[in-house]
Amino acid sequence: MLSGAPQYLVSGLTQGAAYGLIGLGFTMIFNTTGIINFAQGEFVMLGGMLAVWFLGAGLPLLLAVLAACLVTAVAGALMERLAIRPLAGAPAINAVIITIGVSILLRGGAMLAFGKDTVALPAFSGVTPILTLGAAIQPQSLWVLAVTLALLAGLRLFFAATIQGKAMLACACQQKAASLVGISVARMALLSFGISGLIGAVAGAILAPITMTSFDVGTMLGVKGFAACILGGLGNPFGAAAGGLVLGVLESFGAGYVASGYKDAFAFIVLLLLLFVKPSGLFGKAGVERV
Amino acid sequence: MKRPLAGQNAIRALLFLVALLVAPLALPNEYYLSIAILGCLNAVIAVGLNLLLGYAGQISLGHAAFYGIGAYATALCTTRLGLPIPAGMVIGVALAAAVAWIVAVPTLKLKGHYLAMATLGFGIIVSIVFNEAVDITGGPSGYVGIPRLALLGHEFDTDRGYYNVVAVVLAAVVLLALNLMKSRTGRALRALHVSEKAAQSLGIDIAAHKRFVFVLSAALAGLAGVLYAHYLGFIAPASFGFSFSIQLVVMVILGGMASVWGSVAGALFLTALPEALRDFENIDILVYGAILVATILFLPDGLAGGCTRLFRKFRRTEASHAR
Repeated sequence: MLSGAPQYLVSGLTQGAAYGLIGLGFTMIFNTTGIINFAQGEFVMLGGMLAVWFLGAGLPLLLAVLAACLVTAVAGALMERLAIRPLAGAPAINAVIITIGVSILLRGGAMLAFGKDTVALPAFSGVTPILTLGAAIQPQSLWVLAVTLALLAGLRLFFAATIQGKAMLACACQQKAASLVGISVARMALLSFGISGLIGAVAGAILAPITMTSFDVGTMLGVKGFAACILGGLGNPFGAAAGGLVLGVLESFGAGYVASGYKDAFAFIVLLLLLFVKPSGLFGKAGVERV
Repeated sequence: MKRPLAGQNAIRALLFLVALLVAPLALPNEYYLSIAILGCLNAVIAVGLNLLLGYAGQISLGHAAFYGIGAYATALCTTRLGLPIPAGMVIGVALAAAVAWIVAVPTLKLKGHYLAMATLGFGIIVSIVFNEAVDITGGPSGYVGIPRLALLGHEFDTDRGYYNVVAVVLAAVVLLALNLMKSRTGRALRALHVSEKAAQSLGIDIAAHKRFVFVLSAALAGLAGVLYAHYLGFIAPASFGFSFSIQLVVMVILGGMASVWGSVAGALFLTALPEALRDFENIDILVYGAILVATILFLPDGLAGGCTRLFRKFRRTEASHAR
């Protein structure tokens, strides 16, 4: 029964790390603006597709990935400037609908620019699996885990040691108070969309060699990322990363032991049950409502 | 003297029905009639979803599931089980409502984004079942051979006949929604939208009201699903997936939160839009996205709010001319 367990664990953690990164992108935007960004999945798609495109245009692999991430970060910032900021003052749900519109635009644009084919990015350092503890680990899995950890560490440093990071935290705590002490909330929103685009694109680019990518992968990845942040407790970036890992492992074991067609269903059923027991996620604090 | 409110609503719904029945005369061919039928069905779901989202303030990102449950239930009942069509339809709506009731009990305790996630997850689970339970649902390739609607010995085999049925259903649903919102229950729903604690302190049973409106909106989605199945004769899981749930929410918000007429307008608009964009061929999806973004940017309170403002402006200028 437990024969495949190490293998499922490894593939689950790999997939889960990517979900965690996507969830992290959601959290960045949610904390500074209170918006759930439905275009987050499209940032992930852009990361993968742009990397493939830059590679085809002649850039070396790592440079292509880097370029893809930067372009997506700019796209994220542009999205805030052109579509979200003009909306200031309108209810948050309107901004959410705008993000749905932007996701349709990005998906349509990607379809026109890159075509409808499913494409793969070559693995960063070969495909010879490393056999250990009863599991065959793809080198790319190590890349995914290492990059995720590095990004988390970088983010932690950003929040703890830079003035921009602290300003962003202040916005997350209390926007009005933040603007009173001279923080430009609008600039922080711009920055959070940019960082979010960057993180999403990194997730897309490091995952593309494992799962392949196409113009329409964004929706489902976005949903998984959202599930990761809810699972970890919305608003807590490291909770989102942990939630992603849990979700990935659940899915992987669900696919292995239940039925592969039902792997997503299995993960979502566990998520729902958890929400029913703990309505604010694993690491979330229960909110207090004032009348 | 003012007429009683219920009477006013009935007159409005009746005028709406007349407009709906006359409208096809302006349509150039049968194809547009089939779009109009789908538009009306979407409007039935959107009006129901607006009761939940716009009035009671509870989001559902999984309403396509109830639409699908209604459609699959009547499809299976009328083909596999050989039940008569009306029985299948009643079972379809009842099953959608029953599932909603079961889901509502634990789910509606959640708030805001957590509620969004739970309903989204529910919708995805149902959609996976439609895809994977191949023996029952026919899987991703769909379920064929559903009989065309026939009631009281009359078969609605032309699109025009079917459109009339759907128009009557939509007008009835609009009347129901208008009256409900003018009732004690409607006021309770609005109150809990503003503040659950305040509503509770006034003696409103929050859980019961939320459950009621959730089940009602699911039943309306089920009703649309039933009519959809007996119209097309073929259903596939792709019609009942996550993206359709999102589209329904967009219809409600684009139309205008807490406006019954807005939901009708939003549903008809979003159903017709892809057809109107056919001429753009490849870039139609881009234009669709751009129109969606632009509408929300320039009409923050939706089509309904935009029309009201336009109307007021018009009245003001008229008044200033009179002076």
